[in-house]
Amino acid sequence: MTKSGVRKEGIKGTLTGWLYLAPALAFLIFFMVYPLIDVFIYSFEEGYNSASQTYFGIGGYNYSYVLRDPYFLQAVKNTFILVIFTVPVSTVLSLLIALALNSIEKLKKLFQTVYFLPYVTNTLAVGLVFMILFRKTPYTDGLINLLIKAFGMSPVDFIEGPYWAKMFVLCVYVIWIVMPFKILILTSALASVNPVYYKAARIDGASKPRMFFKITLPMISPMIFYLVITGFIGAFKAYSDAVAIFGVDLNAAGMNTMVGYVYDMLYGDGGGYPSYASAAAIILFAIVLTITVINLIVSKRTAPKG
Amino acid sequence: MDVRLEHLTKVFPARDKKGSEVIAVNDFDFTIPEGKLIGLLGPSGCGKSTMLYMICGLENPTSGKIYFGDEDVTDIPSEKRGVGLVFQNYALYPHLTVRQNITFPLENLKGAEKLTKEERNRKALEAAKLVQIDGLMDRKPGEMSGGQQQRVAIARALVKMPKVLLMDEPLSNLDARLRLQTREEIRRIQKATGITTIFVTHDQEEAMSISDMIVVMKDGIFQQMDEPQKVYDDPVNLFVAKFLGTPAINVFEADVKDKKLYIGEDMVMDKVNVKDGPVWCGIRPEGFILDENGALHCSLTGVDVMGRDTSIVSTNPKMTGLSVRSIISAEDLKLTSKDSVRFNIRRSKTLLFDKESEARIYYD
Repeated sequence: MTKSGVRKEGIKGTLTGWLYLAPALAFLIFFMVYPLIDVFIYSFEEGYNSASQTYFGIGGYNYSYVLRDPYFLQAVKNTFILVIFTVPVSTVLSLLIALALNSIEKLKKLFQTVYFLPYVTNTLAVGLVFMILFRKTPYTDGLINLLIKAFGMSPVDFIEGPYWAKMFVLCVYVIWIVMPFKILILTSALASVNPVYYKAARIDGASKPRMFFKITLPMISPMIFYLVITGFIGAFKAYSDAVAIFGVDLNAAGMNTMVGYVYDMLYGDGGGYPSYASAAAIILFAIVLTITVINLIVSKRTAPKG
Repeated sequence: MDVRLEHLTKVFPARDKKGSEVIAVNDFDFTIPEGKLIGLLGPSGCGKSTMLYMICGLENPTSGKIYFGDEDVTDIPSEKRGVGLVFQNYALYPHLTVRQNITFPLENLKGAEKLTKEERNRKALEAAKLVQIDGLMDRKPGEMSGGQQQRVAIARALVKMPKVLLMDEPLSNLDARLRLQTREEIRRIQKATGITTIFVTHDQEEAMSISDMIVVMKDGIFQQMDEPQKVYDDPVNLFVAKFLGTPAINVFEADVKDKKLYIGEDMVMDKVNVKDGPVWCGIRPEGFILDENGALHCSLTGVDVMGRDTSIVSTNPKMTGLSVRSIISAEDLKLTSKDSVRFNIRRSKTLLFDKESEARIYYD
């Protein structure tokens, strides 16, 4: 075959490749890339009116408005607290449960299923259960308060009471809802560690904790990093969790999240400030991107090679 | 430290209700002398590795005792037995460097045995020098060849100066050239350290070439233990005779009548002090003498010239394998016919076995 022949073949091959990619690419461009660019443009259009599709000018006013809006600042604070508490706690708890699941022999499958059930349960249904646990009504203080009273302490209104109590419920809720997936991933990661390493470590005289920190943990660290990164992203995007517990008027409850703020700006009272919503969305995007990049750099530096 | 096994038995329970239990090791009873290199030899699935795992404590015996010297170690956990084990696939920790892999067992030492970092590194370097990988201390296992990984695994097993060194198929993951080289290397390391070493293999050539003694086992049952050449020359039964030697021993259905040994119609040997009846007759490939008037008639299939030696491939109606292989030195090779060949047989290379029990029959 001549050189040009090879080249033609190459171009043809590339074309075929692109053709195969086309449906997915079209979908991604239409529903992901275009809206992203659009949101970016909206965020700089001042006084945009969605009915008449007009705006006054271009500038950074939307950002300065959003960044000064106390509701947004409250949402940022809530979101950060949520992220900082739920990601480490849920990951460590999941790891402990996965270790326990991995070490039992009888009924292993049953327990794995039980721990996975919350993952397939509807968010709002879980919210209902949390209501029963935490909500104070004229008839009852809620199960948790009954417990608190049993220990001789005064009951707390977790749903409409002080900020820390509400935040506590939200954190517990988020942790509880993300754990099944993490447990699933970590159980399979633990199972994938070749048992011969544990045998070798036993011969080498390693204690159980040393085996865990020196062998198990480094070997499943790629999976842990994956969970931490997706956990961060997921927690930053939390919204339905807050709605499930505190209802739709999150600003009034002081429990709004950043995504909730974006949603309220789009559809909330008065019906729509897409420019503010876009600016808030871009700020959220920038934060998530920064944190993910930092995560990746850290994981590259500490993860074991091949 | 000699290793003594007393009635060692391992039974694995049945996998399900229908299955039957598996006796992996059945009533082993022998002593491995101090400072020797022992090859544990047998076909795949005969319980060799189970045996090794019991000696190092990863498996608990169903019954029986294991002694290191005078100490009963049967119930001592493996980390306290002072054994080193080289796994078949080496089991090097992939996320640690060679140095970290070798120092790992030292870092686990507690109390009075605890070592400083300098001491650990010095010991690791000593072990690495012994296996000649001291130039690769900062590599990760993934960046090394199979042979190098093998050496790291040996260094890791040796660094604690174990009483007994165990190796599970140490050469099976290496290519042919490296195998020969590593074989010598293991021999050298064992001689240098003087540690009692037991290694498991299914490759008889490997076992014969480096062991001081070999132990042959089959289906979990002890067959024979002796120096390699003795086991080869003087096997206790047909299984051992067939298992050792390449090309394998040629086995014929033979008969003894009036102290004479017949293979078919051919009277191949006289003065056989055995009672009349059918026997298995095994003749080593080097036990054939080419002779145009020889007693044993075979049909010629072909001649394989392999450098120094020549192997004559022929068939005989009474043989049990696919062909009869005989090794003749090249200068003796004078074939008179294209289709048939006749041999006399060497008495010392001819072994008789009972037809039923396959046990060795001594005929002199």
